[in-house]
Amino acid sequence: MNNSPFVLQPASVRSVMVRVLAALLPGVAAYVHFFGASILIQLGLASATALGTEALVLFLRRKPVWLFVSDGSALVTAWLIALTFPPIGPWWLIVVGTAFAIVIVKHLYGGLGQNPFNPAMAAFCLMIVAYPLLMSQWPAGAADFATQMRLIFGNRELDGLTMATPLDALRTALHGNARTTVEAVTGSGPVFGYLGGKGWEWIALGYLAGGLWLLQQRLITWHLPTAFLAGLGLCAGLAHLANPGLYASPLFHLFSGGTLLGAFFIVTDPVSGATTPRGKLIFGAAIGLLTWVIRTFGAYPDGIAFAVMLMNIGVPLIDMYTQPPVFGHKIRNKGKGGHP
Amino acid sequence: MIAAILVMALGAVVLGAALGYAAVRFRVEGDPLVEKIDAILPQTQCGQCGFPGCKPYATAIAKGEAEINQCPPGGEEGIRKLADLLGREAKPLSAEHGVEKPKSVAVIDENLCIGCTLCIQACPVDAIVGAAKQMHTVVDSLCTGCELCLPPCPVDCIAMVPIAETVETWKWRYPVIPIKPRQKVA
Amino acid sequence: MLRRLFAFNGGVKPPTHKSSSTRAAIATLPLPPELVIPLHQSIGGTPRPLVRAGQHVLKGQLIGAADGNISAAIHASTSGRVVAVEARVMAHASGLSTLCVVIAPDGEDAWVECRPVPWRSLPGDQVRDLLRDAGIVGLGGAVFPSHLKLKPGPGSRGSSKGGLRHLVINGAECEPFITCDDMQMREQANAILAGATIMGELLGAEEILVGIEDNKPEAVAAMQAASGRLGERGGRIQIVAVPTRYPAGGAKQLIRVLTGIEVPHGERSTDYGVQCFNTGTVFAIHEALEKGRPLLSRIVTVAGNVERPGNYEVLFGTPMDYVVARAGPKPDTDRFIMGGPMMGYAMPSRQVPVVKATNCILVGSPALFPPPAPEMPCIRCGECAKACPADLQPFEMYWHSRAKSFGKAQEYHLFDCIECGCCTYVCPSHIPLVDYFRFAKSEIWAREREKDSADAARDRYEFRQHREEREKEERAARLAAKAAATKARIGIDPSAGGADTDDQALIAAAIRRTQSATTDLPPAGESGT
Repeated sequence: MNNSPFVLQPASVRSVMVRVLAALLPGVAAYVHFFGASILIQLGLASATALGTEALVLFLRRKPVWLFVSDGSALVTAWLIALTFPPIGPWWLIVVGTAFAIVIVKHLYGGLGQNPFNPAMAAFCLMIVAYPLLMSQWPAGAADFATQMRLIFGNRELDGLTMATPLDALRTALHGNARTTVEAVTGSGPVFGYLGGKGWEWIALGYLAGGLWLLQQRLITWHLPTAFLAGLGLCAGLAHLANPGLYASPLFHLFSGGTLLGAFFIVTDPVSGATTPRGKLIFGAAIGLLTWVIRTFGAYPDGIAFAVMLMNIGVPLIDMYTQPPVFGHKIRNKGKGGHP
Repeated sequence: MIAAILVMALGAVVLGAALGYAAVRFRVEGDPLVEKIDAILPQTQCGQCGFPGCKPYATAIAKGEAEINQCPPGGEEGIRKLADLLGREAKPLSAEHGVEKPKSVAVIDENLCIGCTLCIQACPVDAIVGAAKQMHTVVDSLCTGCELCLPPCPVDCIAMVPIAETVETWKWRYPVIPIKPRQKVA
Repeated sequence: MLRRLFAFNGGVKPPTHKSSSTRAAIATLPLPPELVIPLHQSIGGTPRPLVRAGQHVLKGQLIGAADGNISAAIHASTSGRVVAVEARVMAHASGLSTLCVVIAPDGEDAWVECRPVPWRSLPGDQVRDLLRDAGIVGLGGAVFPSHLKLKPGPGSRGSSKGGLRHLVINGAECEPFITCDDMQMREQANAILAGATIMGELLGAEEILVGIEDNKPEAVAAMQAASGRLGERGGRIQIVAVPTRYPAGGAKQLIRVLTGIEVPHGERSTDYGVQCFNTGTVFAIHEALEKGRPLLSRIVTVAGNVERPGNYEVLFGTPMDYVVARAGPKPDTDRFIMGGPMMGYAMPSRQVPVVKATNCILVGSPALFPPPAPEMPCIRCGECAKACPADLQPFEMYWHSRAKSFGKAQEYHLFDCIECGCCTYVCPSHIPLVDYFRFAKSEIWAREREKDSADAARDRYEFRQHREEREKEERAARLAAKAAATKARIGIDPSAGGADTDDQALIAAAIRRTQSATTDLPPAGESGT
């Protein structure tokens, strides 16, 4: 016999995860439109690997397999990995990354709800450190399906098929030649669009739409995306104002790389992120700052994964120092007592 | 080479001095160990541990002269707490010192009591009231359940009665809602 | 007049299910065949039984006297014969028994003599004692003795300086299904407001705020009409509709909504210039002072898995199944819950009596209240923190309570938790958070009790040892003094002479004494005659 409350809201971990997956769909659709169906293959590979390894580990850990496999959390990790990895990477790249995320980062730390690091971002970090070349081969456009299949499963003749991402291109150009300016690079290169990069802008808008829907569904709060985007935008903006030739504009940062995917789907991971309102602001803003620093001065093309991992370490500390005041213990209550 | 060694040595000396200073300057004056151990012991003063009271047992533990598993009233939980405090291995209660019993109080059968005052003298916490040739009674809120009054009683009129649970002492149980594997795929 | 309202954080909006039990007027029940009246029905000491089996009692007769000041008296709910004074299963989640007075009604329902209390001319302490002896306790569910809350704050009666600024009358009734306060406000608005006026005077309140959730327009209208009828005297009274959001009826939450004041856990609300009473309590105080009638019955909502949900005026001690039988329980009924679905407790038996805390008998069935889904791990989504009306971080408290690290749980303000159930209600992982908090709280209390008794035992032990030491010293001192006196008496200078002569002289003296004593004393046995 259970105790009160005897009525519960019809919510479940599964419904939360399914809605997160649904929110990713607009971005995925744009992805397919601009870069072909290969992303679907990668999503499938990641999903199958995630579910398979999740079931295996649950079985080994003697946990209820169906209950946890069906909660959808492994799928969310898988999709985030697929959407952050290059869509034309070899099949094993994503399989190894996903298996690492599920087995090492998630289950070795205790499974659902216990992992201190964001599994998808840990997988990204591992693979980009281990296979920097493969992780930076991005498609130049929507190649035909057969070619993409060949790239993923067969031999990798990449001539003319890959291209640097805008972030990568900008970084390489600026690092290589001290006299080049942002404008010179973005104005001429084939990957740059109006704001971020060709096609990537629209995918980012897709993520933005999904993220706004998550906000409307109250699955995420405004704190994390806002703080992250503000942190990144502010750093980029100040630097851009100081030297527009050397530092890209905030809009470029917001629409390139994984910024909007990160803002609404990665930074907002509740398990490994800060949970108090003030903590979320600090956590998000710090990730934004670190992202800009790594993008601008670091050796890797996109800094979100590293920034998220770094801040994951600080979450217990952030949460501890940002506990919100408890009812009746607020400062505004003082002096408001019964003695006018 | 020499310079490097000198620099390292100098560093070591400076840091060592700083640490040594800090150790003296910021020393935390903790509770003496005996007090901490005594705070864990249940204060029944029953002597089952082989020492004449909780404090002597605590002193013996602190000196390393006694094991931590000699206190039956403290039970497994008491041993666990002592093990945590002292960084020792928790071990099962030593059988020669007794067994863990439900918390009880002594009750004097007032029809049988002859008023000999022997139990009053035996009670370590003065929880028995009475006078010579007068009936005695146990103040049950003060009784620690040490059983020291049982042996001296010449007419065996004292019994140990387990304390019944009341609404005030009732505890909510640890929530256990088992995860039932509703396995559709395994 | 529109009043500025404040909001509390968190809260949830469960389906209210209130309309079905407000269709019919409050009904009375015929006398049950047996009344089982527990002596312990309020916070504080258990009243001492004043009656014995076989004795005849009248309705309203005192059968249990308040034990100390934090306690409230118990009365016979009807006239009849006391069948037994024995332990019966009580209306409590533990399923434990408590001492009850069992009365077989004689059907006369004959009252003791009731005299109105001239409360205006009596000193406050005396009025409070009368209320304690009338058994008045908070009828919102917490059953805290009301007389303890009627002490004016650090000021005096009627004075605006330091007196009570706001007297809050709680008619919010935010729990789903429960409508007893709603129906009482609709039907007995005049008496409630009269009672509120009395309490306003007792407490020297500047204004009286009646907070009612805006999903009860009929009650708001009835109370406003009654307030209008009071005319001038009703000037200090304001009927305020507050937004419907569970738990707006929590005393602290309602005080916050109406006045903006947050009363912290463990502090008296009078220190913040505010005090809060449930409407049912106000009505009971009116009955006690204006009619001299002790608290014998209350309005109870019967709802849930029944054919005819409704409200009944029920005598304390009436078995719950007797009440529910009038409402027609459906066949798949599996339990009775005392209180609402958010904070109520499943009853250990269906025969447990209605007590002062019984605002609702919620009849449950597996279909109405399905067993909870399997508990999943916490994903730290923070929904519980968003829903918590006490601004706590339930998932952190859960983490530490689950690990039994109670000190940590207390650091996260475990004892500020009001157990409203909002966190469990919203948890997507179906974690019974409140159960963990109840568990942790009762464990902490148990440990504190153990620690207190261990400390007391240590003190007494040390005192005993100290005393024995002192007695030994005193005895030694006495002996030494006596020896010195004896020496002086037999003419030996203690400072002169060798030890041997001393001792020989002492021994000789002792032998002489003994001999004379045995010859002087009368033979044994004659002394007593």
